[in-house]
Amino acid sequence: MKPNDVILQTVTKIVTFIILTFAIYLFLAGHHEPGGGFIGGLVIASALTLLYLAFDIETVREGLPVDFKVVAAVGVFIAVATGMGSILFDQPFLSQAFGYFNLPIFGKTELATAVLFDLGVALAVVGTGVTIILSISRDA
Amino acid sequence: MKGDHLLLLYFTLLVPFLFALLVPLLYRYMPRIHTGWFVLVVPTGIFIYMINLIPIIAKGEKLVNSVPWIPTLGINYSTYVDGLTLLFGLLISGIGALVVLYSIYYMSKQREALHNFYVYLLIFMGAMLGIAFSDNIFILYMFWELTSIASFLLIAYWYQRKQSRYGAQKSLIITVIGGLALLAGLILLSIMTNTFSIREMIEADQMIVKHQLFLPSMLLILLGAFTKSAQFPFHIWLPDAMEAPTPISAYLHSATMVKAGIYLVARFTPVFSGTIEWFWLVTGTGMITLLWGSFSAVKQNDLKAMLAFSTISQLGLIMCLLGIGSASLYASTAILAALFHLINHSTFKGCLFMVVGIVDHETGTRDIRRLGGLMNIMPITFTLMIIGSFSMAGLPPFNGFLSKELFFTGVLEAARLNIFHLETWGILLPILAWIASIFTFIYSMILVLKTFTGKYKPNKYEKKVHEAPLGMLISPIFLASLVILFFFFPNIISNNLLQPAMKAILPGLLEGGGFENNIKIWHGWTTEVFMTLGVAVVGMLLYISFPKWSGIYEYLPEKISFNYIYDRGLVGMEKLAAKITKTYMTGIVRDYLLYIFIFFVVVVGGSMVLLNNFTFNPSGNGPVSAYEVVLILVIIGAAVLVMLTKSRLTAVIGVGVIGFVVAMFFVIFRAPDLALTQLVVETVTVALFLLCFYHLPELGRETGGVGLRAANLIVSLGVGVLVTLLALTAQSNPLVDPISTFFENSYQLAGARNIVNAILVDFRGFDTMLEILVLSIAGLGVYSLIKLPLARRDNK
Repeated sequence: MKPNDVILQTVTKIVTFIILTFAIYLFLAGHHEPGGGFIGGLVIASALTLLYLAFDIETVREGLPVDFKVVAAVGVFIAVATGMGSILFDQPFLSQAFGYFNLPIFGKTELATAVLFDLGVALAVVGTGVTIILSISRDA
Repeated sequence: MKGDHLLLLYFTLLVPFLFALLVPLLYRYMPRIHTGWFVLVVPTGIFIYMINLIPIIAKGEKLVNSVPWIPTLGINYSTYVDGLTLLFGLLISGIGALVVLYSIYYMSKQREALHNFYVYLLIFMGAMLGIAFSDNIFILYMFWELTSIASFLLIAYWYQRKQSRYGAQKSLIITVIGGLALLAGLILLSIMTNTFSIREMIEADQMIVKHQLFLPSMLLILLGAFTKSAQFPFHIWLPDAMEAPTPISAYLHSATMVKAGIYLVARFTPVFSGTIEWFWLVTGTGMITLLWGSFSAVKQNDLKAMLAFSTISQLGLIMCLLGIGSASLYASTAILAALFHLINHSTFKGCLFMVVGIVDHETGTRDIRRLGGLMNIMPITFTLMIIGSFSMAGLPPFNGFLSKELFFTGVLEAARLNIFHLETWGILLPILAWIASIFTFIYSMILVLKTFTGKYKPNKYEKKVHEAPLGMLISPIFLASLVILFFFFPNIISNNLLQPAMKAILPGLLEGGGFENNIKIWHGWTTEVFMTLGVAVVGMLLYISFPKWSGIYEYLPEKISFNYIYDRGLVGMEKLAAKITKTYMTGIVRDYLLYIFIFFVVVVGGSMVLLNNFTFNPSGNGPVSAYEVVLILVIIGAAVLVMLTKSRLTAVIGVGVIGFVVAMFFVIFRAPDLALTQLVVETVTVALFLLCFYHLPELGRETGGVGLRAANLIVSLGVGVLVTLLALTAQSNPLVDPISTFFENSYQLAGARNIVNAILVDFRGFDTMLEILVLSIAGLGVYSLIKLPLARRDNK
């Protein structure tokens, strides 16, 4: 008999978006404020965990048909690829660059290749975290 | 012209190895012809080439050359040809050719793996030539070990037999131990003389005698020489090496390899001679070996075993003469005798082994208790045996007589010297030599008379006995004719071979006034002749009365024999090693952790205490705030709770508390990134712990009693205290200024105001890249551990 989780599920539906927003904030703010890829990734993973707790795994998978092992691999790949990118510009491996651009909506904005690297970190963390939790929970 | 000559020399030395590569092909694609016929070309060619060198060397010329091998380390394949080298080169190639010829008839083409046999044999031959010709100590050592390996392979040629494997292992262990000692000795020598060239070492002999490494290097080199040449007490491998095919026994274990040690001693005589240690070590060991070998040979029942002990004793004789000869200017006869006997021994012992091989081949046994009465059936073999044995016993008209006489002359000369305590102990030398000669005489007689005389009893033999085929007889006939030829014309080899070789061993001798190198067959009614007569008479009497006194061999308890010590030593070492390993490799992780921690505390803490390095300097510390005190108290409380609790759940929560307090520390110490990460990671870890421990049983009582708990307590306290002291010491002694000022410019350098993040992704991005890799690997590891369980055995 499945217990009635209406309150949990309702709260989850709202809170997940708050957590995800916070996670994206942490990730983007990482360059200048506390945060970054690692913590951002962890918080995203915790939002997903909350979804798994409130609903069951199959339901979440239907809405989010992602293999998190692939996510982790993609993350590592992005991190390595940004490192390789610097070689194209005749720079040592993993040299990061940054610059200031006038973008249409944001105005003068700083864009840094380090953020791409951080994206790799975040994806690797999300993928790994969710993979571990899913593996263990399914076995238990 | 001379350059061509040297090139030819290098080629000659390499030929055996090159040809060894060809042998399997010949064996495979020329199955109709016995592979030995192809191999025969190699030693014959080398021998002819060496003969051509004789006149050059006899004139006193020396061939020196060097080919770079590892020039940056000063290791070059340098060759040096003088009389001694050439003497060995002729022995190796000459006897090698005869042995190959003999083996063609001895080794069956159908039944034996001939390609293995000849490959090993050629490797051995090349290595042996390499020993004799190389001038660089490392090349010498390389070839030295190659002979050990080739000998190992040849002894275990019939590897299906347990005894062959035992003999091969024994010889390898003993000779390789000696070989390593030799390497150490040679390196010490090169340190003293500052060169890797033996020739230059010999020239530097004057200055190294007083060097403190002189004695160690002498002992180590002698250890190498004694093990290889089967000197007492390392002789035990030689009788067991008789499991090899007989051509191998004839070649390696009588004529060549066992003389490698002799060569080494002779080669280094100019370096070490003139010291009392060298004199008595070499002479004494040789004398003991001579006595013990001839004494032991008499009691053997197996013909090859008898010849093995006989070889041991003859090698002792040569060694003893080399020792006496090292008192160079006073006793030059000894060196002449040693070299002459070296050649003679190779001829008659090679002949004897081949004869014994023929007897074995034709009758199916080598046991003298079963043999007898073969005189009329195998007349040629009988004649050859007589020639070989009588030469070995030192009777005329065979070459053994001449070298035995020279041997007596040598020991008598030594007894008359008054250096090295010879005035008191020297008289022992002729007496012992005489006794040993009597035993030599006895076993030589046993060899001939027990095998060939008496009644022929056909039912004792498995086959119908008949004379050996001619091909098998050619080589021993050749050697036997040399035995006789050398008796009548000793001065041909003396002038052409022995004299240059003597010059090589005693370079200072010729300047010192020359020496008498003519070997006279008859030199009047001297003491030596009476000694030989005495040997013959007493030996004959003892042989006739042998059944009456052979009981003395029963008195020798088995436990004193060196074989017993070797066997028990080997078993004991294995047992001891197993015992030690079992004691500390308990298989319990807790024990290994104890070792690691104890090692850490003892080594790190001990060295800190010994160097008196612990310091404490709180001057640079910041002030302690009330928050910190409270948090520390909470941490301590949680830690004590974790240690003392009986419940897993409490322990997990305690660990969680510590984690969250650490996060608070990060907050206090202004590390927001760390605090954030720590909080999330701690939550995840606690959740995982709870998930896992949910399935585990309750914490059991600590097993292992009070002693173990006390040990755990002491070790953990030790680690804690040590780490604390180390941290305090390190904090009190900042060796360099922190480099963090560089990172403070992160906004200019990396466009980031968050220094931590800038360091993680920009300054030190490589670490981060590998860390996320670690993380992914861990995730995949968890996934595969859970999802891909190994199929249980009982499912199959």
